[in-house]
Amino acid sequence: MVEDLANYALAIRRHALKMTSLGGSSHIGSIFSIADILAVLYGKVLKVRPDDPKWPMRDRFILSKGHAGAGVYAALAERGFFPTERLKTHYQDNSVLSGHVSHKGIPGVEFSTGSLGHGLSVACGMALAGRLEKRSNRVFVVMSDGECDEGSNWEAVMFAAHHKLDNLVAIIDYNKLQSIRSTTETLNLEPFADKWRSFGWSVEEVDGHDYQSLTMVLENNNSSDTKPRCVIAHTTKGKGVSFMENNVLWHYRSPQGEEYQTALSELGVVKK
Amino acid sequence: MRDAFLKTITTLAEQDPNVILLTADLGFGVFEEFEQKFPGQYFNVGVAEQNMTGLATGLALEGKKLITYSIGNFPTLRCLEQIRNDACYHEANITIVASGGGFSYGALGMSHHATEDLSILRSLPGITVVAPGTAWEAAQATWQLVQENKVGYLRIDKTSADDKKGSLGGEFKLGRARRIIEGSDCTIICTGGILAEAVKAAELAKEKGVSCRVVSHHTVKPADVDEILDAAKNTGGIVTVEEHNVIGGIGSVVAEVCLDNGILPGKFKRLGLEDTYSSVVGSQKFLRSYYGMDAESILDAVCSS
Repeated sequence: MVEDLANYALAIRRHALKMTSLGGSSHIGSIFSIADILAVLYGKVLKVRPDDPKWPMRDRFILSKGHAGAGVYAALAERGFFPTERLKTHYQDNSVLSGHVSHKGIPGVEFSTGSLGHGLSVACGMALAGRLEKRSNRVFVVMSDGECDEGSNWEAVMFAAHHKLDNLVAIIDYNKLQSIRSTTETLNLEPFADKWRSFGWSVEEVDGHDYQSLTMVLENNNSSDTKPRCVIAHTTKGKGVSFMENNVLWHYRSPQGEEYQTALSELGVVKK
Repeated sequence: MRDAFLKTITTLAEQDPNVILLTADLGFGVFEEFEQKFPGQYFNVGVAEQNMTGLATGLALEGKKLITYSIGNFPTLRCLEQIRNDACYHEANITIVASGGGFSYGALGMSHHATEDLSILRSLPGITVVAPGTAWEAAQATWQLVQENKVGYLRIDKTSADDKKGSLGGEFKLGRARRIIEGSDCTIICTGGILAEAVKAAELAKEKGVSCRVVSHHTVKPADVDEILDAAKNTGGIVTVEEHNVIGGIGSVVAEVCLDNGILPGKFKRLGLEDTYSSVVGSQKFLRSYYGMDAESILDAVCSS
Protein backbone atom coordinates (compact mmCIF):
# COMPACT_ATOMS: atom_id res chain seq x y z
CA MET A 1 0.00 0.00 0.00
CA VAL A 2 2.74 2.43 0.99
CA GLU A 3 4.49 1.74 -2.26
CA ASP A 4 1.38 2.49 -4.27
CA LEU A 5 0.81 5.72 -2.44
CA ALA A 6 4.45 6.73 -2.86
CA ASN A 7 4.14 6.01 -6.54
CA TYR A 8 0.92 8.03 -6.77
CA ALA A 9 2.52 10.96 -4.92
CA LEU A 10 5.50 10.77 -7.25
CA ALA A 11 3.21 10.90 -10.25
CA ILE A 12 1.47 13.97 -8.80
CA ARG A 13 4.81 15.68 -8.20
CA ARG A 14 6.12 14.88 -11.66
CA HIS A 15 2.94 16.13 -13.33
CA ALA A 16 2.93 19.28 -11.22
CA LEU A 17 6.57 19.96 -11.98
CA LYS A 18 5.92 19.62 -15.70
CA MET A 19 2.76 21.73 -15.50
CA THR A 20 4.40 24.59 -13.64
CA SER A 21 7.40 24.45 -15.94
CA LEU A 22 5.34 24.38 -19.11
CA GLY A 23 3.01 27.08 -17.85
CA GLY A 24 5.73 29.20 -16.29
CA SER A 25 3.64 29.23 -13.17
CA SER A 26 4.33 29.47 -9.44
CA HIS A 27 3.61 27.49 -6.27
CA ILE A 28 5.49 24.27 -6.96
CA GLY A 29 6.77 24.37 -3.35
CA SER A 30 3.20 24.55 -2.02
CA ILE A 31 2.14 21.67 -4.27
CA PHE A 32 5.02 19.42 -3.22
CA SER A 33 4.13 20.22 0.38
CA ILE A 34 0.72 18.53 0.03
CA ALA A 35 1.47 15.93 -2.67
CA ASP A 36 1.60 13.10 -0.14
CA ILE A 37 -1.60 14.26 1.55
CA LEU A 38 -3.33 14.35 -1.85
CA ALA A 39 -2.03 10.86 -2.66
CA VAL A 40 -3.38 9.45 0.61
CA LEU A 41 -6.71 11.23 0.19
CA TYR A 42 -7.36 10.30 -3.43
CA GLY A 43 -5.49 7.01 -3.29
CA LYS A 44 -6.92 5.62 -0.08
CA VAL A 45 -9.30 7.75 1.95
CA LEU A 46 -11.82 9.61 -0.18
CA LYS A 47 -14.87 7.69 -1.30
CA VAL A 48 -15.17 9.02 -4.83
CA ARG A 49 -16.06 7.59 -8.22
CA PRO A 50 -14.01 8.87 -11.15
CA ASP A 51 -16.71 7.63 -13.57
CA ASP A 52 -19.43 9.37 -11.56
CA PRO A 53 -17.89 12.55 -10.13
CA LYS A 54 -21.24 13.86 -8.83
CA TRP A 55 -22.18 10.62 -7.02
CA PRO A 56 -24.26 12.02 -4.13
CA MET A 57 -22.71 9.82 -1.45
CA ARG A 58 -19.13 10.80 -2.33
CA ASP A 59 -16.82 12.35 0.21
CA ARG A 60 -16.37 16.04 -0.49
CA PHE A 61 -12.90 17.48 -0.86
CA ILE A 62 -12.06 21.17 -0.97
CA LEU A 63 -8.60 22.53 -1.55
CA SER A 64 -8.81 25.80 0.30
CA LYS A 65 -5.22 26.70 -0.53
CA GLY A 66 -6.22 27.04 -4.16
CA HIS A 67 -2.74 28.00 -5.32
CA ALA A 68 -1.77 24.33 -5.12
CA GLY A 69 -4.46 23.55 -7.70
CA ALA A 70 -2.05 21.89 -10.13
CA GLY A 71 -1.56 19.19 -7.50
CA VAL A 72 -5.28 18.47 -7.38
CA TYR A 73 -5.58 18.44 -11.17
CA ALA A 74 -2.71 15.96 -11.29
CA ALA A 75 -4.21 13.79 -8.54
CA LEU A 76 -7.59 13.74 -10.30
CA ALA A 77 -6.13 12.93 -13.71
CA GLU A 78 -4.02 10.12 -12.28
CA ARG A 79 -7.11 8.78 -10.51
CA GLY A 80 -8.96 8.69 -13.83
CA PHE A 81 -11.30 11.66 -13.56
CA PHE A 82 -9.98 13.00 -16.86
CA PRO A 83 -7.11 12.16 -19.23
CA THR A 84 -3.64 13.12 -17.99
CA GLU A 85 -3.13 14.58 -21.47
CA ARG A 86 -5.31 17.53 -20.41
CA LEU A 87 -2.79 18.51 -17.75
CA LYS A 88 -0.61 20.00 -20.48
CA THR A 89 -3.11 22.80 -20.93
CA HIS A 90 -2.65 24.05 -17.36
CA TYR A 91 -1.98 27.80 -17.27
CA GLN A 92 -2.14 28.00 -21.07
CA ASP A 93 -4.24 30.38 -23.16
CA ASN A 94 -7.87 29.31 -23.39
CA SER A 95 -7.51 26.58 -20.77
CA VAL A 96 -9.89 25.99 -17.88
CA LEU A 97 -7.11 24.48 -15.78
CA SER A 98 -6.34 27.73 -14.02
CA GLY A 99 -3.44 28.38 -11.68
CA HIS A 100 -5.84 28.40 -8.74
CA VAL A 101 -8.13 25.43 -8.55
CA SER A 102 -11.39 25.78 -10.49
CA HIS A 103 -14.36 23.45 -10.78
CA LYS A 104 -15.76 24.63 -14.09
CA GLY A 105 -15.34 22.00 -16.74
CA ILE A 106 -13.04 19.87 -14.58
CA PRO A 107 -14.60 16.64 -13.33
CA GLY A 108 -13.83 15.91 -9.70
CA VAL A 109 -13.11 19.42 -8.49
CA GLU A 110 -15.73 20.15 -5.86
CA PHE A 111 -15.09 23.82 -5.32
CA SER A 112 -13.07 26.69 -6.77
CA THR A 113 -10.74 28.61 -4.51
CA GLY A 114 -7.80 30.94 -4.81
CA SER A 115 -8.56 33.58 -2.24
CA LEU A 116 -7.57 32.20 1.13
CA GLY A 117 -10.00 31.69 3.98
CA HIS A 118 -13.00 30.53 1.95
CA GLY A 119 -12.82 26.74 1.92
CA LEU A 120 -13.56 25.93 5.53
CA SER A 121 -16.86 27.82 5.63
CA VAL A 122 -18.05 26.10 2.48
CA ALA A 123 -16.93 22.76 3.88
CA CYS A 124 -18.97 23.51 7.01
CA GLY A 125 -22.00 24.08 4.79
CA MET A 126 -21.44 20.77 3.02
CA ALA A 127 -20.93 18.97 6.32
CA LEU A 128 -24.08 20.51 7.77
CA ALA A 129 -26.04 19.51 4.68
CA GLY A 130 -24.67 15.97 4.97
CA ARG A 131 -25.91 15.81 8.51
CA LEU A 132 -29.32 17.26 7.69
CA GLU A 133 -29.64 14.65 4.96
CA LYS A 134 -28.37 11.93 7.31
CA ARG A 135 -25.62 10.98 4.89
CA SER A 136 -22.58 9.09 6.09
CA ASN A 137 -20.08 10.82 3.82
CA ARG A 138 -17.36 13.11 5.11
CA VAL A 139 -16.05 16.51 4.09
CA PHE A 140 -12.30 17.13 3.88
CA VAL A 141 -10.63 20.46 3.43
CA VAL A 142 -6.93 21.14 3.00
CA MET A 143 -5.78 24.52 4.23
CA SER A 144 -2.39 26.17 4.38
CA ASP A 145 -0.80 27.42 7.56
CA GLY A 146 -0.50 31.00 6.33
CA GLU A 147 -4.16 30.81 5.37
CA CYS A 148 -5.00 30.55 9.05
CA ASP A 149 -4.13 34.24 9.33
CA GLU A 150 -7.49 34.91 7.67
CA GLY A 151 -10.11 35.71 10.28
CA SER A 152 -12.91 34.12 8.28
CA ASN A 153 -11.47 30.69 9.13
CA TRP A 154 -11.96 31.27 12.81
CA GLU A 155 -15.61 32.13 12.25
CA ALA A 156 -15.94 28.74 10.59
CA VAL A 157 -13.88 27.01 13.27
CA MET A 158 -16.30 28.29 15.91
CA PHE A 159 -19.33 27.31 13.85
CA ALA A 160 -18.12 23.75 13.23
CA ALA A 161 -17.46 23.12 16.91
CA HIS A 162 -20.70 24.72 18.04
CA HIS A 163 -22.69 22.56 15.65
CA LYS A 164 -20.62 19.45 16.33
CA LEU A 165 -19.75 18.80 12.71
CA ASP A 166 -17.95 15.52 13.34
CA ASN A 167 -18.14 14.66 9.65
CA LEU A 168 -15.71 17.47 8.88
CA VAL A 169 -11.92 17.09 8.68
CA ALA A 170 -9.64 20.10 8.26
CA ILE A 171 -6.11 19.20 7.25
CA ILE A 172 -3.54 21.92 7.76
CA ASP A 173 -0.47 21.88 5.58
CA TYR A 174 1.87 23.14 8.29
CA ASN A 175 5.10 23.69 6.38
CA LYS A 176 5.81 26.76 8.48
CA LEU A 177 6.72 28.92 5.50
CA GLN A 178 4.34 31.48 4.14
CA SER A 179 4.75 33.77 1.23
CA ILE A 180 7.64 35.91 2.45
CA ARG A 181 8.97 34.48 5.71
CA SER A 182 8.25 31.77 8.23
CA THR A 183 4.89 31.63 9.99
CA THR A 184 6.69 32.37 13.26
CA GLU A 185 8.19 35.56 11.88
CA THR A 186 5.05 36.63 10.01
CA LEU A 187 2.16 36.04 12.37
CA ASN A 188 2.90 33.36 14.90
CA LEU A 189 0.34 30.56 14.84
CA GLU A 190 1.63 28.83 17.96
CA PRO A 191 0.36 27.31 20.12
CA PHE A 192 -1.42 26.12 16.99
CA ALA A 193 -2.86 22.77 18.08
CA ASP A 194 -4.00 24.31 21.34
CA LYS A 195 -5.82 27.04 19.44
CA TRP A 196 -7.90 24.48 17.59
CA ARG A 197 -8.43 22.44 20.73
CA SER A 198 -9.56 25.45 22.70
CA PHE A 199 -12.04 26.19 19.91
CA GLY A 200 -13.58 22.77 20.49
CA TRP A 201 -11.91 20.66 17.82
CA SER A 202 -10.31 17.28 18.13
CA VAL A 203 -6.70 17.72 17.02
CA GLU A 204 -4.15 15.23 15.76
CA GLU A 205 -0.63 16.01 14.63
CA VAL A 206 0.96 13.90 11.96
CA ASP A 207 3.97 13.75 9.66
CA GLY A 208 2.44 15.03 6.43
CA HIS A 209 4.78 12.92 4.32
CA ASP A 210 4.31 9.63 6.14
CA TYR A 211 1.79 7.58 4.18
CA GLN A 212 1.04 5.16 6.97
CA SER A 213 0.40 7.78 9.64
CA LEU A 214 -1.62 9.93 7.24
CA THR A 215 -3.73 6.97 6.20
CA MET A 216 -4.34 5.91 9.76
CA VAL A 217 -5.39 9.37 10.90
CA LEU A 218 -7.48 10.22 7.85
CA GLU A 219 -9.18 6.85 7.46
CA ASN A 220 -10.23 6.80 11.10
CA ASN A 221 -13.91 7.65 11.12
CA ASN A 222 -14.76 6.30 14.56
CA SER A 223 -15.03 9.53 16.41
CA SER A 224 -15.64 8.93 20.08
CA ASP A 225 -16.72 12.52 20.52
CA THR A 226 -18.83 14.86 18.42
CA LYS A 227 -16.05 17.25 17.57
CA PRO A 228 -14.90 18.32 14.13
CA ARG A 229 -11.39 17.09 13.43
CA CYS A 230 -8.26 19.06 12.71
CA VAL A 231 -5.26 17.22 11.36
CA ILE A 232 -2.13 19.31 11.62
CA ALA A 233 0.18 17.81 9.03
CA HIS A 234 3.78 18.77 9.58
CA THR A 235 5.18 19.17 6.11
CA THR A 236 8.15 20.48 4.19
CA LYS A 237 7.54 23.08 1.56
CA GLY A 238 9.07 21.88 -1.70
CA LYS A 239 9.27 18.30 -0.41
CA GLY A 240 10.97 15.89 -2.81
CA VAL A 241 13.47 18.18 -4.50
CA SER A 242 16.51 19.08 -2.39
CA PHE A 243 16.99 22.66 -3.54
CA MET A 244 13.31 23.46 -3.25
CA GLU A 245 12.82 22.18 0.26
CA ASN A 246 12.21 24.87 2.88
CA ASN A 247 13.02 27.57 0.36
CA VAL A 248 10.40 30.28 -0.02
CA LEU A 249 11.76 31.12 -3.48
CA TRP A 250 9.83 28.11 -4.78
CA HIS A 251 6.56 29.62 -3.71
CA TYR A 252 7.05 31.78 -6.79
CA ARG A 253 9.71 30.45 -9.10
CA SER A 254 8.79 28.37 -12.09
CA PRO A 255 11.11 25.41 -12.65
CA GLN A 256 12.94 25.91 -15.93
CA GLY A 257 16.00 24.63 -17.80
CA GLU A 258 18.62 22.92 -15.70
CA GLU A 259 16.65 23.38 -12.49
CA TYR A 260 13.71 21.63 -14.07
CA GLN A 261 15.86 18.73 -15.28
CA THR A 262 17.56 18.32 -11.91
CA ALA A 263 14.24 18.42 -10.11
CA LEU A 264 12.78 15.81 -12.43
CA SER A 265 15.69 13.44 -11.93
CA GLU A 266 15.68 13.96 -8.16
CA LEU A 267 12.03 12.98 -8.06
CA GLY A 268 12.74 9.75 -9.86
CA VAL A 269 10.63 7.64 -12.14
CA VAL A 270 7.10 6.40 -11.59
CA LYS A 271 6.93 2.62 -11.44
CA LYS A 272 4.40 1.19 -13.84
CA MET B 1 -41.63 45.15 4.08
CA ARG B 2 -39.85 42.96 6.58
CA ASP B 3 -43.14 41.47 7.72
CA ALA B 4 -44.02 40.66 4.12
CA PHE B 5 -40.62 39.02 3.71
CA LEU B 6 -41.05 37.02 6.90
CA LYS B 7 -44.50 35.84 5.97
CA THR B 8 -43.27 34.73 2.58
CA ILE B 9 -40.27 32.77 3.82
CA THR B 10 -42.51 31.11 6.40
CA THR B 11 -44.75 29.83 3.63
CA LEU B 12 -41.73 28.82 1.56
CA ALA B 13 -40.20 26.92 4.48
CA GLU B 14 -43.49 25.18 5.15
CA GLN B 15 -43.76 24.01 1.56
CA ASP B 16 -40.13 23.07 1.05
CA PRO B 17 -37.90 21.59 3.76
CA ASN B 18 -34.89 22.56 1.64
CA VAL B 19 -35.45 26.24 2.38
CA ILE B 20 -32.97 27.31 5.05
CA LEU B 21 -32.64 30.70 6.72
CA LEU B 22 -29.29 31.83 8.11
CA THR B 23 -29.02 35.00 10.14
CA ALA B 24 -25.88 36.70 11.37
CA ASP B 25 -27.35 37.32 14.80
CA LEU B 26 -29.96 39.86 13.74
CA GLY B 27 -33.70 39.56 13.82
CA PHE B 28 -34.52 39.81 17.52
CA GLY B 29 -38.28 39.60 17.87
CA VAL B 30 -38.53 38.62 14.19
CA PHE B 31 -37.42 35.05 13.67
CA GLU B 32 -38.41 33.36 16.94
CA GLU B 33 -41.54 31.79 15.52
CA PHE B 34 -39.73 30.69 12.38
CA GLU B 35 -37.02 29.06 14.48
CA GLN B 36 -39.61 27.23 16.55
CA LYS B 37 -41.55 25.99 13.55
CA PHE B 38 -38.56 24.97 11.43
CA PRO B 39 -35.71 23.95 13.74
CA GLY B 40 -33.61 22.31 11.02
CA GLN B 41 -34.19 25.20 8.64
CA TYR B 42 -32.95 28.05 10.78
CA PHE B 43 -29.44 28.77 12.02
CA ASN B 44 -28.20 31.84 13.80
CA VAL B 45 -24.55 31.66 12.75
CA GLY B 46 -23.41 34.42 15.09
CA VAL B 47 -21.93 37.76 14.08
CA ALA B 48 -19.98 36.18 11.24
CA GLU B 49 -21.12 37.23 7.78
CA GLN B 50 -18.17 35.77 5.90
CA ASN B 51 -18.81 32.36 7.38
CA MET B 52 -22.55 32.78 6.85
CA THR B 53 -22.05 33.30 3.12
CA GLY B 54 -19.53 30.48 2.69
CA LEU B 55 -21.72 28.19 4.74
CA ALA B 56 -24.74 29.15 2.65
CA THR B 57 -22.78 28.26 -0.48
CA GLY B 58 -21.81 24.86 0.87
CA LEU B 59 -25.42 24.13 1.80
CA ALA B 60 -26.74 25.43 -1.51
CA LEU B 61 -24.32 23.27 -3.48
CA GLU B 62 -25.85 20.31 -1.65
CA GLY B 63 -29.30 21.22 -2.94
CA LYS B 64 -30.58 23.56 -0.26
CA LYS B 65 -32.27 26.90 -0.92
CA LEU B 66 -30.59 29.48 1.22
CA ILE B 67 -31.55 32.83 2.61
CA THR B 68 -28.84 34.83 4.37
CA TYR B 69 -30.07 37.68 6.51
CA SER B 70 -28.59 40.64 8.28
CA ILE B 71 -28.98 44.40 8.24
CA GLY B 72 -27.46 47.30 6.33
CA ASN B 73 -24.13 46.47 4.71
CA PHE B 74 -23.33 43.45 6.84
CA PRO B 75 -24.67 40.64 4.61
CA THR B 76 -23.26 42.29 1.48
CA LEU B 77 -20.15 44.42 1.73
CA ARG B 78 -18.70 42.67 4.78
CA CYS B 79 -18.59 39.40 2.88
CA LEU B 80 -18.44 40.66 -0.69
CA GLU B 81 -15.69 38.26 -1.75
CA GLN B 82 -17.63 35.27 -0.41
CA ILE B 83 -20.60 36.49 -2.46
CA ARG B 84 -18.41 36.83 -5.55
CA ASN B 85 -16.11 33.79 -5.40
CA ASP B 86 -18.27 31.34 -3.49
CA ALA B 87 -21.92 32.15 -4.14
CA CYS B 88 -21.91 33.75 -7.60
CA TYR B 89 -19.09 31.84 -9.26
CA HIS B 90 -20.62 28.56 -8.13
CA GLU B 91 -24.14 29.67 -9.13
CA ALA B 92 -25.48 28.80 -5.71
CA ASN B 93 -29.13 29.19 -4.81
CA ILE B 94 -28.80 31.94 -2.22
CA THR B 95 -31.01 34.92 -1.56
CA ILE B 96 -29.04 37.54 0.33
CA VAL B 97 -31.34 39.77 2.33
CA ALA B 98 -30.39 43.10 3.82
CA SER B 99 -32.92 44.69 6.06
CA GLY B 100 -32.53 48.46 6.20
CA GLY B 101 -31.78 49.79 2.73
CA GLY B 102 -30.60 53.37 2.24
CA PHE B 103 -31.33 55.55 5.26
CA SER B 104 -33.68 53.06 6.96
CA TYR B 105 -31.34 53.22 9.95
CA GLY B 106 -30.71 56.92 9.36
CA ALA B 107 -30.01 57.91 12.95
CA LEU B 108 -27.56 55.07 13.56
CA GLY B 109 -24.87 56.66 11.43
CA MET B 110 -22.95 55.94 8.26
CA SER B 111 -21.97 52.37 9.20
CA HIS B 112 -25.68 51.55 8.97
CA HIS B 113 -26.46 53.52 5.81
CA ALA B 114 -26.69 51.08 2.91
CA THR B 115 -26.03 53.49 0.09
CA GLU B 116 -23.64 51.69 -2.26
CA ASP B 117 -24.99 48.14 -2.09
CA LEU B 118 -27.01 48.19 -5.31
CA SER B 119 -24.12 49.46 -7.37
CA ILE B 120 -21.54 47.11 -5.93
CA LEU B 121 -23.70 44.00 -6.05
CA ARG B 122 -25.08 44.56 -9.51
CA SER B 123 -21.55 44.52 -10.88
CA LEU B 124 -21.22 40.86 -9.91
CA PRO B 125 -21.99 38.50 -12.80
CA GLY B 126 -24.79 36.07 -12.09
CA ILE B 127 -26.74 37.99 -9.48
CA THR B 128 -30.26 39.42 -9.48
CA VAL B 129 -30.55 42.67 -7.52
CA VAL B 130 -33.90 43.77 -6.17
CA ALA B 131 -35.04 46.74 -4.10
CA PRO B 132 -38.82 46.51 -3.80
CA GLY B 133 -40.88 49.66 -3.59
CA THR B 134 -43.79 48.24 -1.62
CA ALA B 135 -44.41 45.54 0.96
CA TRP B 136 -46.35 43.54 -1.61
CA GLU B 137 -43.44 43.77 -4.03
CA ALA B 138 -41.12 42.60 -1.24
CA ALA B 139 -43.26 39.50 -0.70
CA GLN B 140 -43.36 38.74 -4.43
CA ALA B 141 -39.63 39.35 -4.81
CA THR B 142 -38.82 37.06 -1.88
CA TRP B 143 -40.89 34.27 -3.38
CA GLN B 144 -39.40 34.58 -6.83
CA LEU B 145 -35.80 35.04 -5.69
CA VAL B 146 -35.86 31.92 -3.51
CA GLN B 147 -37.34 29.93 -6.42
CA GLU B 148 -34.92 31.39 -8.96
CA ASN B 149 -32.08 28.91 -8.28
CA LYS B 150 -29.32 31.50 -8.42
CA VAL B 151 -27.85 34.26 -6.31
CA GLY B 152 -30.21 37.12 -5.56
CA TYR B 153 -29.96 40.23 -3.46
CA LEU B 154 -33.04 41.61 -1.76
CA ARG B 155 -32.86 45.04 -0.17
CA ILE B 156 -35.62 45.64 2.31
CA ASP B 157 -36.50 49.22 3.29
CA LYS B 158 -38.07 50.34 6.50
CA THR B 159 -40.66 52.46 4.70
CA SER B 160 -42.46 51.74 1.48
CA ALA B 161 -45.11 52.99 -0.87
CA ASP B 162 -48.66 51.97 -0.21
CA ASP B 163 -49.76 49.19 -2.50
CA LYS B 164 -52.43 46.78 -1.48
CA LYS B 165 -51.86 43.43 -3.16
CA GLY B 166 -50.31 44.93 -6.23
CA SER B 167 -53.35 47.01 -7.03
CA LEU B 168 -51.23 49.81 -8.47
CA GLY B 169 -48.98 48.38 -11.10
CA GLY B 170 -50.09 44.91 -12.08
CA GLU B 171 -48.23 41.66 -11.73
CA PHE B 172 -44.76 41.31 -10.25
CA LYS B 173 -42.05 39.66 -12.23
CA LEU B 174 -38.34 39.92 -11.56
CA GLY B 175 -36.80 42.09 -14.24
CA ARG B 176 -40.11 43.70 -15.25
CA ALA B 177 -40.72 47.16 -13.84
CA ARG B 178 -44.21 48.10 -12.69
CA ARG B 179 -45.92 51.23 -13.90
CA ILE B 180 -47.51 52.60 -10.75
CA ILE B 181 -48.94 55.82 -12.20
CA GLU B 182 -49.51 56.62 -15.87
CA GLY B 183 -48.32 59.95 -17.23
CA SER B 184 -46.72 61.63 -20.22
CA ASP B 185 -44.79 64.79 -19.33
CA CYS B 186 -42.10 63.05 -17.35
CA THR B 187 -41.28 59.61 -15.93
CA ILE B 188 -39.98 59.09 -12.45
CA ILE B 189 -38.10 55.80 -12.37
CA CYS B 190 -37.22 54.71 -8.89
CA THR B 191 -36.07 51.72 -6.94
CA GLY B 192 -36.75 50.85 -3.31
CA GLY B 193 -39.16 52.16 -0.71
CA ILE B 194 -38.50 55.71 -1.80
CA LEU B 195 -41.21 54.96 -4.35
CA ALA B 196 -43.52 56.56 -1.76
CA GLU B 197 -41.84 59.92 -2.36
CA ALA B 198 -42.10 59.50 -6.11
CA VAL B 199 -45.82 58.79 -5.87
CA LYS B 200 -46.27 61.85 -3.69
CA ALA B 201 -44.26 63.97 -6.14
CA ALA B 202 -46.43 62.79 -9.02
CA GLU B 203 -49.55 63.77 -7.09
CA LEU B 204 -48.11 67.21 -6.39
CA ALA B 205 -47.14 67.56 -10.04
CA LYS B 206 -50.65 66.68 -11.11
CA GLU B 207 -51.96 69.60 -9.07
CA LYS B 208 -49.63 71.79 -11.11
CA GLY B 209 -50.93 70.30 -14.32
CA VAL B 210 -47.84 68.14 -14.96
CA SER B 211 -48.58 64.56 -15.87
CA CYS B 212 -46.02 62.23 -14.33
CA ARG B 213 -45.51 58.55 -14.97
CA VAL B 214 -44.12 56.66 -11.97
CA VAL B 215 -42.26 53.41 -12.49
CA SER B 216 -41.20 51.08 -9.70
CA HIS B 217 -38.04 49.63 -11.18
CA HIS B 218 -37.70 47.13 -8.36
CA THR B 219 -35.24 44.86 -10.12
CA VAL B 220 -32.07 46.88 -10.51
CA LYS B 221 -30.53 43.95 -12.37
CA PRO B 222 -31.57 42.73 -14.85
CA ALA B 223 -32.96 46.05 -16.02
CA ASP B 224 -36.32 46.37 -17.74
CA VAL B 225 -35.01 47.71 -21.02
CA ASP B 226 -38.45 48.01 -22.66
CA GLU B 227 -39.92 50.07 -19.84
CA ILE B 228 -36.92 52.38 -19.66
CA LEU B 229 -36.88 52.95 -23.41
CA ASP B 230 -40.62 53.51 -23.44
CA ALA B 231 -40.18 56.25 -20.83
CA ALA B 232 -37.37 57.81 -22.85
CA LYS B 233 -39.30 57.71 -26.12
CA ASN B 234 -42.86 58.34 -25.07
CA THR B 235 -42.66 60.73 -22.14
CA GLY B 236 -41.04 64.15 -21.80
CA GLY B 237 -38.02 62.94 -19.87
CA ILE B 238 -36.73 60.84 -17.01
CA VAL B 239 -35.95 61.58 -13.39
CA THR B 240 -34.43 58.68 -11.44
CA VAL B 241 -34.77 58.39 -7.68
CA GLU B 242 -32.89 56.14 -5.30
CA GLU B 243 -31.79 56.17 -1.69
CA HIS B 244 -28.32 55.32 -2.82
CA ASN B 245 -25.23 56.88 -4.31
CA VAL B 246 -26.04 58.23 -7.78
CA ILE B 247 -22.99 56.32 -9.01
CA GLY B 248 -23.91 52.87 -10.18
CA GLY B 249 -27.49 52.66 -8.96
CA ILE B 250 -30.79 52.92 -10.81
CA GLY B 251 -29.86 56.28 -12.35
CA SER B 252 -26.80 54.69 -13.90
CA VAL B 253 -28.85 51.70 -15.04
CA VAL B 254 -31.30 53.97 -16.87
CA ALA B 255 -28.49 56.00 -18.44
CA GLU B 256 -26.72 52.84 -19.60
CA VAL B 257 -29.87 51.40 -21.13
CA CYS B 258 -30.75 54.64 -22.95
CA LEU B 259 -27.27 55.19 -24.40
CA ASP B 260 -26.74 51.53 -25.26
CA ASN B 261 -29.90 51.75 -27.34
CA GLY B 262 -29.19 55.14 -28.84
CA ILE B 263 -32.25 56.77 -27.28
CA LEU B 264 -31.87 60.09 -25.50
CA PRO B 265 -34.64 61.07 -23.10
CA GLY B 266 -36.02 64.60 -23.44
CA LYS B 267 -34.43 65.37 -20.14
CA PHE B 268 -32.53 63.33 -17.59
CA LYS B 269 -31.81 63.87 -13.92
CA ARG B 270 -30.50 61.45 -11.29
CA LEU B 271 -31.58 62.04 -7.72
CA GLY B 272 -29.75 60.29 -4.91
CA LEU B 273 -26.68 60.76 -2.79
CA GLU B 274 -24.10 62.84 -4.64
CA ASP B 275 -21.18 60.48 -4.09
CA THR B 276 -20.90 61.12 -0.39
CA TYR B 277 -21.29 59.44 2.98
CA SER B 278 -23.74 60.98 5.37
CA SER B 279 -22.16 62.08 8.60
CA VAL B 280 -25.39 63.87 9.37
CA VAL B 281 -27.91 61.58 11.02
CA GLY B 282 -31.66 61.70 11.34
CA SER B 283 -34.83 59.90 10.44
CA GLN B 284 -35.21 58.39 6.99
CA LYS B 285 -37.67 61.19 6.21
CA PHE B 286 -35.26 63.88 7.36
CA LEU B 287 -32.31 62.49 5.42
CA ARG B 288 -34.35 62.14 2.23
CA SER B 289 -35.19 65.82 2.48
CA TYR B 290 -31.62 66.77 3.50
CA TYR B 291 -30.14 65.02 0.49
CA GLY B 292 -32.74 66.22 -1.98
CA MET B 293 -34.61 63.03 -2.72
CA ASP B 294 -37.95 63.66 -1.01
CA ALA B 295 -41.21 64.41 -2.82
CA GLU B 296 -40.55 68.17 -3.01
CA SER B 297 -37.08 67.67 -4.45
CA ILE B 298 -38.42 65.16 -6.96
CA LEU B 299 -41.15 67.64 -7.91
CA ASP B 300 -38.52 70.32 -8.50
CA ALA B 301 -36.55 67.98 -10.73
CA VAL B 302 -39.69 67.01 -12.65
CA CYS B 303 -40.79 70.61 -13.20
CA SER B 304 -37.39 72.08 -14.06
CA SER B 305 -36.67 72.13 -17.74
